[in-house]
Amino acid sequence: MIEQQQSYQDLQHIKRMMERSSRFISLSGLSGISAGICALVGAFIAYPYVVGTKNYIIDNAAAMEQARAGSYMIIINTWLFWIAAATFMAALLSAFIFTYIKSSREGIPVWGSAARRLLVSVSIPLMVGGIFLFKMMQFGTFGLVAPGCLLFYGLALINASKYTLSEIKYLGFAEILLGIISINFVGYGIYFWAAGFGLLHIIYGIYMWLRYERATPVQQARL
Amino acid sequence: MSNPIENLNKLFDSRVRLGIMSALMVNDEVNFNDLKELLDITDGNLASHIKALEENSILKVEKGFIGRKTNTTYKITKAGEKAFKEHIEALEKMIKGTK
Repeated sequence: MIEQQQSYQDLQHIKRMMERSSRFISLSGLSGISAGICALVGAFIAYPYVVGTKNYIIDNAAAMEQARAGSYMIIINTWLFWIAAATFMAALLSAFIFTYIKSSREGIPVWGSAARRLLVSVSIPLMVGGIFLFKMMQFGTFGLVAPGCLLFYGLALINASKYTLSEIKYLGFAEILLGIISINFVGYGIYFWAAGFGLLHIIYGIYMWLRYERATPVQQARL
Repeated sequence: MSNPIENLNKLFDSRVRLGIMSALMVNDEVNFNDLKELLDITDGNLASHIKALEENSILKVEKGFIGRKTNTTYKITKAGEKAFKEHIEALEKMIKGTK
């Protein structure tokens, strides 16, 4: 009987070590929730500019010139660009903070080979998507920006799911599904964007937090 | 009927070695510091376990440099992979034996 128990513990140990050495498991559910809240706030601030009750161009005179010249500067000359950039930074920072807290609580260093691989695998689709969408905006195809964000972000999450808690791939599939649906509803991009980056993140975050972080009585007994 | 304990590999009967092997199974290569961090043990302790595994051709050592710092990485050998898989199978059999 002792031998069986020993074998079971050995297998558990092997599984844990395999996961720990190859996956970044400190990604916190709270990071998902906070990123989702940032996205909703960003979408709320951007809303009047998107529907046209506020002028989204910062410098009208310069915009005329830029439009004539076909310059990419016209993108930077919009409030929407800066709202999007600020939202992205806020979401990234808040996500990092909660993950940092979780990893230091677990005694796992936040920056290791697993984190590096995760970052590389998530960055490749995001950067490709960023370049592509930037070019699309330069040609004035704003209607496909929100679907594009959802699609490339979904691909990035699926690509990264090998290197972190694997549930993230379902979030990736959901983002892609939403992105594909939203292609057929150009003009409603902001709603789909808010649903994908806001609601889905929050739902995913709550699920992950309940599943892995909330200390249940059983887990407490094990500690 | 053979006794499943006989299939357990004596080389893997420490937690540290199980940890080293687990990391090598799922990563193409692992360096010394990553292993040390993962297993939370001293240099000397880790080095002695690695040496034993190396002497039995379970893993191979590759010495390189990152800038001026030495960077020693470890890879599992074909034989090592086979031996460790058999060890895991033996462990699983031991558990099933009672159920």
